[in-house]
Amino acid sequence: MTNYDTLDYDVLVIGAGGAGLRAAIESSAHGVSVGLICKSLLGKAHTVMAEGGVAAALSNVDERDNWKVHFTDTMRGGQYLNNWRMAELHAKEAPERVRELERWGALFDRTKDGKILQRNFGGHKYPRLAHVGDRTGLEMIRTLQDHGIHLGMQVHMEFTIITLLKDGDRVVGAFGYDRERGRFKVFRAKAVVLATGGVGRAYKISSNSWEYTGDGHALAYQAGADLIDMEFLQFHPTGMVWPPSVQGILVTEGVRGEGGILLNKEGHRFMFDDIPDLYRNQTADNEEEGWRYTQGDRQARRPPELLTRDHVARCIVREIKAGRGSPHGGVFLDISWIKEKIPNAADLIRKKLPSMYHQFIKLADIDITKEPMEVGPTTHYMMGGIKVDADTQMSTVPGLFAAGECAAGLHGANRLGGNSLSDLIVFGKRAGEHAAIFAKQNGYGTIDDEAIQSAVNQSVAAFERTEGDNPFQVQFDLQEMMQDLVGIVRTEEEMLQAQAALGRLRDRAARVRVIGNREYNSGWHTALDLQNLLTVSEAITLAALHRKESRGAHFRDDYPNKEAAYGAFNLVIRKESDGQMDIQQQAIQQIRPDLQQIIEEMK
Amino acid sequence: MATATFTIYRGNSSESGTFETYSTETTEGMVVLDAVHKIQAEQANDLSVRWNCKAGKCGSCSAEINGKPKLMCMTRLSDLPLDKPVLLQPMKAFPLIKDLVTDVSWNFEVKKKIKKFKPRPPDAADGSWRIAQQDVERVQEFRKCIECFLCQDVCHVLREHQMYNEFIGPRFLVYTAALEMHPLDVEDRVSALKNEDGIGLCNITKCCTTVCPEDIHITDNAIIPLKERVVDRFYDPLFWLMRLFKKS
Repeated sequence: MTNYDTLDYDVLVIGAGGAGLRAAIESSAHGVSVGLICKSLLGKAHTVMAEGGVAAALSNVDERDNWKVHFTDTMRGGQYLNNWRMAELHAKEAPERVRELERWGALFDRTKDGKILQRNFGGHKYPRLAHVGDRTGLEMIRTLQDHGIHLGMQVHMEFTIITLLKDGDRVVGAFGYDRERGRFKVFRAKAVVLATGGVGRAYKISSNSWEYTGDGHALAYQAGADLIDMEFLQFHPTGMVWPPSVQGILVTEGVRGEGGILLNKEGHRFMFDDIPDLYRNQTADNEEEGWRYTQGDRQARRPPELLTRDHVARCIVREIKAGRGSPHGGVFLDISWIKEKIPNAADLIRKKLPSMYHQFIKLADIDITKEPMEVGPTTHYMMGGIKVDADTQMSTVPGLFAAGECAAGLHGANRLGGNSLSDLIVFGKRAGEHAAIFAKQNGYGTIDDEAIQSAVNQSVAAFERTEGDNPFQVQFDLQEMMQDLVGIVRTEEEMLQAQAALGRLRDRAARVRVIGNREYNSGWHTALDLQNLLTVSEAITLAALHRKESRGAHFRDDYPNKEAAYGAFNLVIRKESDGQMDIQQQAIQQIRPDLQQIIEEMK
Repeated sequence: MATATFTIYRGNSSESGTFETYSTETTEGMVVLDAVHKIQAEQANDLSVRWNCKAGKCGSCSAEINGKPKLMCMTRLSDLPLDKPVLLQPMKAFPLIKDLVTDVSWNFEVKKKIKKFKPRPPDAADGSWRIAQQDVERVQEFRKCIECFLCQDVCHVLREHQMYNEFIGPRFLVYTAALEMHPLDVEDRVSALKNEDGIGLCNITKCCTTVCPEDIHITDNAIIPLKERVVDRFYDPLFWLMRLFKKS
């Protein structure tokens, strides 16, 4: 029997980005003991990279904004596959969650009368994103971190969870290892919150860090929870494309919010060529009107660069495929042109987009105040994930909660920029609150020693092999395959190939060999993370095959149109008792009449 | 394709380490972290390196490159002399875990001891405040900090004299400055600065400012104004008395 320590917490939060921290803060505020698991150091989670801002209808810049407009924008952006109750709660509660951050020390940019300033972003009708230059995520995670550490929660840094532990139907804890020494540890918990973020490392070109291996998605799936909307993976339209070493690093949508335009190699502003019917009434039909919108003209409509991310990404792919791309296989994003319109443009760009300026000058030798950037789509955000109850954030497994990117429902088929940071704090709070309530009503469960021993055996097996694949190579091959076969434009033929390839990769992953010992061994960590990457890749491919239409972020070359019949259900993925991955259609619950009326009024 | 050579410290806390040399192919625009990842994937799967964002935003990949504390993700190979091996070592001021990874947990303990943000009562009935943009901008510089701890690594008080119990280091003086100059904060940290935080131990050599990847003017804009606050509170009357004696 392997030795391990056991720690007890009322609530165990797995993941320490915006959602996990907010959940841990809320559980602590309810007076229960809280353990917080960070895969990296505290404050380094992916939230730190969020740039543009947090969406909340504060109506500080445009008094016409309110929760109803935000709700409608979110539903329209998600092509009405969203969980409407989540969209309602999100729109209603985001302003208070943002004001709360300010109470805890966050400092946002200000309007002339001293209120929180809000900026334009794709798919948002009015200026709605509270921000701090282009480092809003850093401000947010630091605020939550610095507030949270004084509330008594126990933080476990550089810790990875391998499996959730169950007692009957209920989740009663988790089992994992510390990165530093590779020691195993059992966490007994009355309730568990997953807040592990996304799945971007399943793809070659990604804005995501090494942590984003779908851990929460896979842990929940293996514990029997339902996953929904796994076919909807957001490719952010603007990632860096050159030089090769920076490929995929994010270029904030804030560049376009501040007046940046997209051009092909002929200097043509191609976004005006294709404006979807759903947005025609809201979109400028000439360049002058688009410019006036970015400068706060309330009569003007938004420029087509600020259409939703799914659409902008596809337009960019079309230009590149038609041979009208930039030298390194992207298109041009130009903010420097605003010097034709305003004095001191260079100063303004440096002030509004400081980290973009810094990133391009340091890594690509490009001065964005003087010349255009080269950009192309990059894997960015998973709309799909753990199915949760809108009000409590509990999954279909009792005692297991989820919030943030690893949970699903709010964003439907496509997420609006800025709606992620607000998602984290609105539903992080709800998950923390309801996990605490659940913990107060339920005791500790019984830990299954056999399950732990089996997890230990599986996780150390790779050390005992004397031959086998290099885990990094298997990961690269998976990333390349998913990029090529289940990317932005999908076909049945390619996805069937992907399914076959996943089978072969799974066999290879089962035979990887790890050298060295368990101390801070990246090869070992990669070998373990591979299992989760394979599970989410399989789920993405299966769901994408079943949705025989194009909607939001999911585009099928063989079914290029949106089909009304497919708007009536979500696809649910579940592990069957025989261990197979099963997929089913689940009808979307009839929307409440008052919410439907709001949507109709704003059409 | 060009190649570059790296001499990397390999070892853990229990036994003395060695320097291993690796050659790897390079591509245009490559940064040191890319090279380390390539070596890790192809030649040394168990090489330990800490990283997250690879874009200079998270502050995880701090190390000493040719003896200089830097972020590996923001150091381009084209800015280094490649005619000889690039020397990579872990940060010296913190206990080694393994290879390029150090135990920086002390920093997180220090932060907990600093009195937290305490806002003045709200300005408006809805619980919000009115703040001028210029007051926000005044502290933005400090709030840019990505907690890479390179300033801590290079600070003599910590690196040479190991005064971890007496001095909080430049990072947490910047943190204190961000709180003290926050337009809403009403907490008083001046006494703590003088006593528990040991601000007097800083002798303004500006090494911290030199290595900051966020270009924060740590010494001039954070530490010196805080030192002035301490002086105003604790020493000013004395100077005033001395001046009085001199006159008479």
